[in-house]
Amino acid sequence: MKGKELVHRLMQMLITLFGVSLLTFSLMYLSPGDPVEMLLEVADTIVSEETIAETRAQLGLDKPFHVQYFRWFAGVLQGDMGMSYSAKMPVADRLWQSLPGTMVLAASATVTMLLISLPCGILSAVYRNRPLDYLIRGISFLGVSMPSFWVGLILLYVLGLKLRLFPIAGGEVSFDRMVLPTLTLAIAMAAKYTRQVRTAVLEELGQEYITGARIRGFPMHKILWRHVLPNACLPLITLLGLQIGWLLGGVAVIEMVFSWPGLGKMAVHAIEMRDYPLVQGFVLWIAVLYMGINLLVDISYTYLDPRLKKGGC
Amino acid sequence: MGSLTKDKFLFWLYTFFVLLILGFAIFAPWLAPYDPYDAVMRQSLQAPSDDHLFGTDKLGRDCLSRIIYGARTSLMMTLSLVAVITVVGTFIGVLAGYMGGKVDTVLMRIVDMMLAFPGIVLAIAIAGMLGGNIVNAILALAAVSWTKYARLGRSLTLKLRQRDFIAAAVTNGSRPLHILWRHILPNILPTIVVTAAMDIGTMIMELAGLSFLGFGAQPPTPEWGLMLNEGRQHIQTAPWLMLYPGAAILIVVTIFNLWGDSLRDIMDPQRAN
Repeated sequence: MKGKELVHRLMQMLITLFGVSLLTFSLMYLSPGDPVEMLLEVADTIVSEETIAETRAQLGLDKPFHVQYFRWFAGVLQGDMGMSYSAKMPVADRLWQSLPGTMVLAASATVTMLLISLPCGILSAVYRNRPLDYLIRGISFLGVSMPSFWVGLILLYVLGLKLRLFPIAGGEVSFDRMVLPTLTLAIAMAAKYTRQVRTAVLEELGQEYITGARIRGFPMHKILWRHVLPNACLPLITLLGLQIGWLLGGVAVIEMVFSWPGLGKMAVHAIEMRDYPLVQGFVLWIAVLYMGINLLVDISYTYLDPRLKKGGC
Repeated sequence: MGSLTKDKFLFWLYTFFVLLILGFAIFAPWLAPYDPYDAVMRQSLQAPSDDHLFGTDKLGRDCLSRIIYGARTSLMMTLSLVAVITVVGTFIGVLAGYMGGKVDTVLMRIVDMMLAFPGIVLAIAIAGMLGGNIVNAILALAAVSWTKYARLGRSLTLKLRQRDFIAAAVTNGSRPLHILWRHILPNILPTIVVTAAMDIGTMIMELAGLSFLGFGAQPPTPEWGLMLNEGRQHIQTAPWLMLYPGAAILIVVTIFNLWGDSLRDIMDPQRAN
């Protein structure tokens, strides 16, 4: 990817961020439920109309929509995402607090997923239409049809409660607490990705040069490692980027199941509390993360595909 | 035996199962042994028995009955969602593809923007912000899912626009609306319908996911995702509360996925592997 192209991409990312934040901002503006009342209700005292009006003015919520939005947007550009009503701290700090939990979980789930689906997908493709292939395809089909939060509950019940292998309730980030949520996310992602690996490898195996290599007597494992896998790599990296997009949403549900202290759990609470600045910050964060990952995917192409390096594109 | 014959057989087999599920949803009042809303506090959290095949929940409501009624809630939500995104998405896509120019650029920029963002995150935010209920959950998922159909409708229309019969219709002086309705739509409909059919399973799960988070169906509505959320609190003492609703989702989603795949196979035999 050349410099000019990169600038173009970054501009596009900015426009997307602008659009997405405008959308969420208008939704919050239109949504029922008053954040000021939610905020004051926590104190559990009867509040007067004046206090409500005062707080509203303090938070700038009495201003018209566009003033609120541009004030917020200008703040973001300067690194200030506002104050979280429910956590009573700057949104950026609250996000930094929850980020490690989600990142660790997402990373370990992605690695586990790759460890499951790469071998399964390759085996399934190589032994196409044989019992092993049917078995792997059958399992991944079931996996695609299972809601991830249910898988999580089952794992929690069987491994956590019955066999007592892992602690059940979250609370802090630690290895043994991470096993169950990691497994849950990995299973959900692996079900889809195994199929995609299989398709990508099959596509490559169907090429004529593979047939040629086989006729010339090259052993299958050599063909696989030398030719098929490097070539199947490119589409698989794109699909991995998409999987990570799903992961960023899926993680919210799974964090709720395991009370894992991450961005997802934080976001769900923020939504319930009508903590608008925090929800805004969360959506923006996820957008940046996701688009950043996809940008990395595209940049990695330049290095992995020699055709692009020469500047043909 | 030709593979198309086999595909057709499978399609009708799965169609039978789909109809069976629809039957459960439609005839829920006659099939359910109890009233799904009827709370009998003395029978709270009873394990599965002859009286209550799937046990009872915290309020003493019969789980089997709630699961059968849950099929109603789930299917009604899912089918309206799929209908909305198919119609709206296709309409926008076809319009963009046929009109071209500025309309196309603007619409596709919006689509690109939505696709550059993990949809489910936005759906959670939208559903939560609008306030958790069934309609808002459908709206939220519709807002992030229509883009797929817009893309599809646009690319199909662009391909068709090059064809001679469209040029012939234009030279004959047919109005654009007439061309869209009589020539474009019938030709792209099969692909759109197959895509929609294959989406049903995913949408059932995503709607259940929103309800599970508390941003979809609200108590006391019998809905599978919500039932899982309620059962979660009693996982230690009453595991049946989370086992059966999840199994119901699994079975229904599997059947719809199989049905969608088999529909694709008979509509487009070349793509079947």
